[in-house]
Amino acid sequence: MENNTDTEFLESLADKEYEHGFITDIEMDILPPGLNEETVRFISAKKNEPEWMLEWRLKAYQAFLKMELPSWQNFKMPDMNFDGISYYAAPKNTPKYNSLDEVDPELLATFEKLGIPLNERKKLLGVREDGPIENENGEMVERPLVAVDAVFDSVSVATTYKDELKKHGIIFCSISEAIQDHPELVKAYIGSVVPQTDNIFAALNSAVFSDGSFVYIPKGVRCPMELSTYFRINAENTGQFERTLIIADDDAYVSYLEGCTAPQRDEHQLHAAIVEIVAHKNAEVKYSTVQNWYPGDKEGKGGVYNFVTKRGICKGENSIISWTQVETGSAITWKYPSVILQGDNSYGEFYSVAVAKGKQIADTGTKMIHLGKNTRSRIISKGISAGNGQNSYRGLVSIGPKAANARNFTQCDSMLIGDRCGAHTFPYIDAKNPTATLEHEATTSKIGEDQIFYLNARGIDTEKAVEMIVNGFAKEVLNKLPMEFAVEAQKLLAVSLEGSVG
Amino acid sequence: MLSIKNLHASVEDKEILKGLNLEVKAGEVHAIMGPNGAGKSSLASVLAGRANYEVTEGSVTLDGKDILELSPEDRAREGVFLAFQYPIEIPGVSNINFLKTAMNEIRDYRGLSPLTAKEFLQMSREKQALVEFDAKLVNRSLNEGFSGGEKKRNEIFQLAMLDPKLSILDETDSGLDIDALRIVSRGVNKLRSENNAFILITHYQRLLDHIVPDFVHVLSDGKIVKTGGKELALELEEKGYDWLK
Ligand SMILES: Nc1ncnc2c1ncn2[C@@H]1O[C@H](COP(=O)(O)OP(=O)(O)O)[C@@H](O)[C@H]1O
Ligand SMILES: [Mg+2]
Repeated sequence: MENNTDTEFLESLADKEYEHGFITDIEMDILPPGLNEETVRFISAKKNEPEWMLEWRLKAYQAFLKMELPSWQNFKMPDMNFDGISYYAAPKNTPKYNSLDEVDPELLATFEKLGIPLNERKKLLGVREDGPIENENGEMVERPLVAVDAVFDSVSVATTYKDELKKHGIIFCSISEAIQDHPELVKAYIGSVVPQTDNIFAALNSAVFSDGSFVYIPKGVRCPMELSTYFRINAENTGQFERTLIIADDDAYVSYLEGCTAPQRDEHQLHAAIVEIVAHKNAEVKYSTVQNWYPGDKEGKGGVYNFVTKRGICKGENSIISWTQVETGSAITWKYPSVILQGDNSYGEFYSVAVAKGKQIADTGTKMIHLGKNTRSRIISKGISAGNGQNSYRGLVSIGPKAANARNFTQCDSMLIGDRCGAHTFPYIDAKNPTATLEHEATTSKIGEDQIFYLNARGIDTEKAVEMIVNGFAKEVLNKLPMEFAVEAQKLLAVSLEGSVG
Repeated sequence: MLSIKNLHASVEDKEILKGLNLEVKAGEVHAIMGPNGAGKSSLASVLAGRANYEVTEGSVTLDGKDILELSPEDRAREGVFLAFQYPIEIPGVSNINFLKTAMNEIRDYRGLSPLTAKEFLQMSREKQALVEFDAKLVNRSLNEGFSGGEKKRNEIFQLAMLDPKLSILDETDSGLDIDALRIVSRGVNKLRSENNAFILITHYQRLLDHIVPDFVHVLSDGKIVKTGGKELALELEEKGYDWLK
């Protein structure tokens, strides 16, 4: 073996093919490409929306027309041909399904391929998914319950466990349904955390959002199960513009997970989502993402452009918002899940693992906006770069003049696999109160031949060795995920880096 | 068990091993001593299959099988174990999960089914006791933040768990205080059997007071220049290596 074979193997791992690149053959109801006021009206009409919603969309569309693409990111913004995108695609026969028996079998097969736990029959029989699950320490523990909302191209197709959730007063449905059934809630909160004019992608989403999930947890209720949405882009030349709104009332708790995949396409597809979270007094919201959109091939052909605005507000005192993300997919990821810490003593967290391999670009991080007294935030960012991947952490910690005794801890660790990739960190601080305490730590490491050889010498092959080293590096973040997703995320990291090391 | 014939190896085009011969039989303990830079660690690396060493001549067989053909992981699976002079830290990978993976990979190669979590934990407890390894270190990240002595002791714990045919201990005694040295030696003595063999690379005679070798070899400038019984170690301690050149 030559001296540099480990590096070559590490790099070849980065070329591993995308596993979720199948296309589902379902009859689609598609709007031709193009964006104008009529597009917005069509979507709103298709969804039977009330007048106020249409007005809101049109206002966003007007704002969109006046806005420009951002230029501060650490990569060259690709041409965004907003007119080349189809803004609405739904499987034909769009009615909501009451049970999975009614769902197109092709669609169910898709979900099966995606590994979505969508088995209604088991649920009705009171049987839990697949029995117990092994945790970190090799102990068998009960598998947690998960309620799933599945969004397929532009529409939500099935939401499970709805009735059980209803017993607790919890609303978990598609945002389209919420607009019909809970207009007062939607009206009060939509755009309250991410204004329509926040950025051009937010404006676009506000104008044309197709579907997404809506969650309301009433006062004093701890949601008894994980809530989860799976997003899937399927139709060609379509964008996906989903919108999620989560409201936790006083003393409420919810843990929410988002997963996503897309088929392999030669063309880039735009995904411009918005997530808004509102946490009232003493409420806690945990939001976890496992992002696995199609990253493009190793030459950079195709792949999803992931331009997403996620923000939460800790409105009430002692409230908590926690973002956890595992970002392995997309050709470009541009997202900064943020927390506005308005309530006194509120707490925000951001735990992130981002992989950039092949020609992938990840520009991701967070903003922690401290407004209230004694507010605290914690940022743990782990960037993994392989192949020609470029990984940037971009973070802002802002301490307002009234945020006495605010604290932030930031840690940015980068891991490089091979010699052609890059890691960059852009930590910004804006402190307007002298009592703030800010700590920042950063490290960069390379997967070393020594580490790989050490594991080899114990009978572990190089591919598995890299998997172990990478998962060890990301452990602090993976541990934040709900358990069964932590296992999935570990596998996903391993698969996404297969072939990166030599 | 191990047969090394006329082994030549170089690193970055510099020849380090220059015609080395060594025969190790099952049940034997061989000590290899020699001045700094003589090539002792290089020999260990070549046997374990480190990629930057190129073997230019000679052969190495383990129970008749040519191991130079094999990848490092396959050598480990065949029963070669190297206790590193400088064990590597791997943050975030728990010691115990690492060992479980290693053990199951080795078992899989040998056509055995993986141990259940329960069997594995039980075995781990037994071996911890056998080599007097601190239970607290078992669940920590692999060698991360371990003291020098803890790292060396972890190597011996791994050795006990993986139960290799041939163990090569590269200066495992360096950096150990006298108590740790006793514990490590006791562990090795308990692990010695008719079916396995040990190569101890060391600078110090004191290790050989605790683990009594069958043979002592002097490695100098890439070759074995003298072989004797355990009394050779005492002589070396007294006279140094220069008289052998
Ligand atoms: N990676 C390397 N590149 C160049 N020279 C090396 C490398 N590794 C070891 N050497 C050289 O090989 C010789 C033998 O080293 P080593 O086997 O570590 O000796 P010992 O363990 O007997 O002290 C030394 O001259 C050392 O500098
Ligand atoms: Mg040495």
